[in-house]
Amino acid sequence: MDAAILPEVGETWRRLHPLSPVVRFGSVVIGVLVIAVPSIADSQGRHDPHGFPFSLAAYAVLLALGGISGVISWLVTRWRIAEGALQIETGLIRRQSLRIPLARIQAVDVIAPLAGRFLGLAEVRVVSAGRGAEHGRLAYLTAAQAPIVRARLLALAHGLEAGTPEPPSLPLLHIQNGLLMPALLMRAQVVTPVFIAIVAIAAIAAAPIVGVGALGSAITVLAISALGVARAFNEDFDFTISEAGDGVRLDRGLLQRRHETIPYGRIQAVRVVEPLFWRVFGWTRLEVDVARQAVSRESDRDAQQVARTLIPVASREQALWLLARVMPDAHPGPPPDAGPPRRARLKAPFSFHFLAAWFGERYVYARTGRVQSSTIIVPLVKVQSVHLKSGPLQRAFRVATVDVDTAGRRWQASARCRDETEALEMLRRISERARLSRRVPPPQPAPVPAAG
Amino acid sequence: MTTAATALDTLDTPNLRRLSPRFWVARQCQIALFWGPVLIVALVVAFVTRVPAAPLVPVVIVLMAIVAWLVERGRFRSWGYAEREDDLIVVRGLLFRRVSVVPYGRMQFIDVTAGPIDRAFGLATVQLHTAAAASDARIPGLVRVDADALRDRLATVGEAKATGL
Repeated sequence: MDAAILPEVGETWRRLHPLSPVVRFGSVVIGVLVIAVPSIADSQGRHDPHGFPFSLAAYAVLLALGGISGVISWLVTRWRIAEGALQIETGLIRRQSLRIPLARIQAVDVIAPLAGRFLGLAEVRVVSAGRGAEHGRLAYLTAAQAPIVRARLLALAHGLEAGTPEPPSLPLLHIQNGLLMPALLMRAQVVTPVFIAIVAIAAIAAAPIVGVGALGSAITVLAISALGVARAFNEDFDFTISEAGDGVRLDRGLLQRRHETIPYGRIQAVRVVEPLFWRVFGWTRLEVDVARQAVSRESDRDAQQVARTLIPVASREQALWLLARVMPDAHPGPPPDAGPPRRARLKAPFSFHFLAAWFGERYVYARTGRVQSSTIIVPLVKVQSVHLKSGPLQRAFRVATVDVDTAGRRWQASARCRDETEALEMLRRISERARLSRRVPPPQPAPVPAAG
Repeated sequence: MTTAATALDTLDTPNLRRLSPRFWVARQCQIALFWGPVLIVALVVAFVTRVPAAPLVPVVIVLMAIVAWLVERGRFRSWGYAEREDDLIVVRGLLFRRVSVVPYGRMQFIDVTAGPIDRAFGLATVQLHTAAAASDARIPGLVRVDADALRDRLATVGEAKATGL
């Protein structure tokens, strides 16, 4: 099969897999059926005098239209890798021609939704940088073809031969589902409503009206967080991190399997999060941010909000070990003098205990948070600009905030409530170090040690 | 907010360049264009109606206009920029102080814009954009010739020092 695909995955225009519309519009069909079946069953019961089920016909037409538009959309879509770009052409009436320069590719993901997995199909999604850049989606290719296309895109993006096979990947860490579930349940958004519900049940005896009211709202919040937990569990199920020569590979998902690649050089920032109750067990979460531009289009918002989880939950040692793989020489523990001045306690009473900021030869670190501590680590090489800001209240306390801006979309390292003189010094030294680090290319991470 | 001068007020940036005085004239025109008609309406209302508190309205509006003028003057005076060897520093803000350091190598593109009032005074705003959405280096109120010269200088050094993402 590989031999048949390889020469073709190139210059010639190709169509997506013929079953693509089935997967793409499968959910629409299911949605229509969910509405249609009960209403048809209902009208059957009422003995329609006309004898002909009009509603049935209407739904059938709706489904047929959906099916036809799906097939047409498949017919007019074609793609190829040529002229240094991934080219996708689509649209019957409004023709769209998408070119993604291979050099701008930030990451390539392979996503297999549930319906696609039954049919052996997978989607290749390309994340690229640049203003107004679009996400190239090849939905769908066969499950065998998708990794080949991804390998080819990555090889070309790294400036290698087109036929270069994907570098072998070594598994680094596998997150047990038995750890993921309790960890998700120990998040504050689950524990707090549970706690309120318990208190409310206890209070019902004393003050029934207040108790029942509190219980009702607690249950509502609980239902919402239960959905969130289910979603997170579905997404991060069977989480495996492996490492290839050029970056990290993530495999995850229960219903929809995702295979993501994060090239080392494209990581803009890493965030180390320790929620309140996780600290009891010494659990940590790691997230990464890659470069992408502000996109205002509704369709792209979803793709933008997907946090790149590097580890959903792991022990602190494992997290630090993995952090060292992604960001060599990073030390997320604050030195003793990293905190803001004592007088800032009045300015930021709820987050003062976590506020810290420091920087080393290669990274800037900033810790913030009220109940969950979150440390953002930005490589100095990735610093876009640095700015200092101080509002009226901060000025009254003679403190200022230093923000380190990156091309990532999600966070900026923010050193809050520093002493004014120190903040100016930080501003000067961080921009100086960022300037120096831009001159020297960062060393490549060492090969994976045998023991993990 | 005139407490003892802190480190932020006496920022020791050499060669910090201030905005063109012409920009202050333009800003004052803008203030006058907004508050003038409001004041006229208030005066008319004060003389026409017989509400006891009506004469107070123009007084309040004059006070508000003075406050707006003072705030604008403070903002104008606080704004400054310095072209250094490797980066551009922009200082601004009266209540919300802000000091931005944008390296030339990180510039993605430069905007030169001019609104109707700016154009009438021959002024323009130069804005630098980096790949980070939070980067904010805007220099308003430059004389058109200076703005174009600055843009060209920045574009040249930016190209020379450009680095990837």
